[in-house]
Amino acid sequence: MADLRINFAGIRSPNPFWLASAPPTNSGAQIHRAFEAGWGGAVWKTIGAPVLNVSNRYGSWRHGTEKMLAINNVELISDRPMEVNLREIAEVKRAWPDRAVIVSAMVESKPEAWHDVIRRIQDTGADGIELNYGCPHGMSERGMGSAVGQVPEYCEEITGWVMDVAKIPVIVKLTPNISDIVMPARAAVAAGANAISLINTINSIMGVDLDTLDITPSIGGKGGHGGYAGPALKPIALNMLAALGRDSVVHDSGLPISGMGGISTWRDAAEFLLLGASSLQVCTAVMHYGFRIIEDLCDGLSNWMDAKEFAKIPDVVGHSLRQVSDFKNFDLSFKVIARIDQQKCIRCNLCYVACNDAAHQCIDLIDQEGRVVAPATYDPSSNGRVDAVSMRPRVVVREHDCVGCRLCFNICPVENCIQMVEVAPEQPSVTWDELTAKQPEVAEDWDQMERYRHKMGIRIH
Amino acid sequence: MSEIPSVTVAGSALQELLPPLSEQEAVTESARCLMCFDAPCTHACPTHIDIPKFIKKISTGNLLGSARTILESNLLGATCARVCPVQELCEGACVLGSEHKPIAIGRLQRHAMDYVYGRKIDVFHAGKFISKKVAVVGGGPAGLSCAGELAKLGVSVTLYEKRELPGGLSTYGIIVLREPVEVALAESEMIQRLGAKLEVGKDVGVNPPVTELQKNFDAVFIGMGLGNSPQLGIPGEEYIVDGLEYIERSKLEPSQLDVGRDVIVIGAGNTAIDCATVARRLGAERVTMLYRRTEKEMTAYPHEYAFVKLEGVTVSFLAQPVIVHHENGVVKGLECVRIALGEKDASGRAAPKEIPGSNLILPADQIVKAIGQNKLSLAARLDLKTDKGFIRVDSNFETSAPGIFAGGDCIRARGSASTVMAVQDGKLAARAIYKRLINHG
Repeated sequence: MADLRINFAGIRSPNPFWLASAPPTNSGAQIHRAFEAGWGGAVWKTIGAPVLNVSNRYGSWRHGTEKMLAINNVELISDRPMEVNLREIAEVKRAWPDRAVIVSAMVESKPEAWHDVIRRIQDTGADGIELNYGCPHGMSERGMGSAVGQVPEYCEEITGWVMDVAKIPVIVKLTPNISDIVMPARAAVAAGANAISLINTINSIMGVDLDTLDITPSIGGKGGHGGYAGPALKPIALNMLAALGRDSVVHDSGLPISGMGGISTWRDAAEFLLLGASSLQVCTAVMHYGFRIIEDLCDGLSNWMDAKEFAKIPDVVGHSLRQVSDFKNFDLSFKVIARIDQQKCIRCNLCYVACNDAAHQCIDLIDQEGRVVAPATYDPSSNGRVDAVSMRPRVVVREHDCVGCRLCFNICPVENCIQMVEVAPEQPSVTWDELTAKQPEVAEDWDQMERYRHKMGIRIH
Repeated sequence: MSEIPSVTVAGSALQELLPPLSEQEAVTESARCLMCFDAPCTHACPTHIDIPKFIKKISTGNLLGSARTILESNLLGATCARVCPVQELCEGACVLGSEHKPIAIGRLQRHAMDYVYGRKIDVFHAGKFISKKVAVVGGGPAGLSCAGELAKLGVSVTLYEKRELPGGLSTYGIIVLREPVEVALAESEMIQRLGAKLEVGKDVGVNPPVTELQKNFDAVFIGMGLGNSPQLGIPGEEYIVDGLEYIERSKLEPSQLDVGRDVIVIGAGNTAIDCATVARRLGAERVTMLYRRTEKEMTAYPHEYAFVKLEGVTVSFLAQPVIVHHENGVVKGLECVRIALGEKDASGRAAPKEIPGSNLILPADQIVKAIGQNKLSLAARLDLKTDKGFIRVDSNFETSAPGIFAGGDCIRARGSASTVMAVQDGKLAARAIYKRLINHG
């Protein structure tokens, strides 16, 4: 049984799963129930400047029958009085000494406002503070949230004010609405923060109602960008997480990173850990299914760690980071080809049309006599189940033409039906960097490239 | 969404068996469709409806486009959505069938069809008039399909129907559980709105004579189906009820249909199954189907046989009727003789041979026969060449008489007759006729 406990910049929790600062952590009553369900920690919904909220504040992106692949929101920070929040924070922490209680804060960009809120949070007995530099709507219009996170200098300055008075660990939460996530992270490092968390929500407009032609959701006939979150974000979050892990300044600072952005299952969680997160925050999945999902988050992660012989969370953290690289370092001679398992193939022919229309035209339709045939060449008088099934051609990869692009693998509806099989390289191993260091001309002149390809026997399809 | 009403009161024993899909069910089911390329369901459909295309349109909420996709290939999409043996056709070929559940193609098609019929949307309109006239004989699926396709192309079509109502077997011969009368009638009304002129009560060959049609029209299409049940040639046969009449009454005058307590249905085809189903549903305590061969030779679809067994119908195999026992016309029982199967006969099936002395009397107070349909005499009267009694046609559905085309059950010498095949015949014949008319200026 794997040890799921973590010690994140001095904040301890029995498992790495914290509720992110968001609607599920709006009140003490909710967090009590979350802790009863087994959550390791909770980042209290951001407290700070006074606000008022609007209706129709959550929008959803659905695809097919999937109801909430992403959520967006224009909800602001906590709309409950600060006194009430602080009292409940203290109550929760007293009731749950073994859980991580972190308080997210956002106030006007004045040193005294920050000093005040930090001191008041510390008085509750909370375990840590998260600085919300990410909220992309409403608060940013007032110079807070992402208006801070998008400017590394502001980020550094305000974090500095916080560190002046902070006695408990301070986590700087980054906005993804920026061209290079590394810059604000370095600012946090420079200001002496204790940890980083990412990502906050992404600017988004959910859509337009095709009946009313209003922006959806419509807020009294208006709508605008809101913060985008949920499963659809995961690849974006993983990229930004890895970018911090690969940055020497951030990496060498030793600051732990709390990862979030689309974590819905233990599988997502494990991937965030492998790319360098050492605590994990979850919101949208709870907004969809409730606090109960913590059970499988822990159970699944623990079983996977046992199977992979990871004894404790720190053993997993950053394990796959070393494999993150850049195109220039990829082996150009590495070769895979698609291979279709005819026993598993259900003959939907989606791979055929994808390859033919959108990739490299290397899947053939082969009839019963072994001939390559065009689609829909059956006699129109032919019909019925028996004809349709027995006359259906097979899809076969022309392996010598396959570039191994993986499109067919990605769209095949049958698990493990198409395998990307590694084959012996046809050229010696070389990366783009190595090649162009030795032969810079191939990157500058197509004739030189042609000559190189010809010499090496590289065929382009 | 308004649905086509059922002739029988909802909740009655004969109401349409499958409820319509709700909008959400339809969207969920359509989202399961993989959208196969060059899909096997489309190949399996005799009218080759582009099934992934119409299903994807349901999932995107483009119901009108979905209905158009269906009707472009099959003008009687609402009937076919209900009566097609989908297990043997589209759904039987669905790639999700092997390990999962095939897509409910028939029910999705019905969803799209109900959308346009429920809203009285005409998807197609009459084509530009081309001053050509075609007579279509028979208002069943083949005739309606042919008439509708020609009307779409601007041909002036007159549709002659012998009965009071158009629709053929869709109206008269398919039990309400599968297709309510209103569905067939709505389709024929749609065909009429396309411009086809319907004349009911016209028994072509008698009134008007075919020669008159040949004189007044540029081409004739015969889609008049088949006739009544053949004779068994046994004593007391006059007390046996004809299966198609039995079904017809269950559809149009259900309160007038006498149903016995102990019913024997002679035959093991799909009509026999329908008769047995109606009898059970309308109160018969015991319904036995009688078939002289075995389950293996039954012409009913396997899923229909499975269905009727669940209805509580039993099948007595290897028995053949010999005498109807009755008292003053009141049926008391059916005497049968046991059968042994011998060598294959002309139909390719094992020939039944009576076992002497094996007679037994099955008690019954009603006997229904559904043993196929006779060929019509029109072909002989017109001196058309035939094939096993069915009208012979070439690949353009033209008979041996130039300008006279035919399709549907009356030409189905091979393969099993079905509504969808008749629709396809009508469609292809219409195209061939149109081409002929255009080329001949």
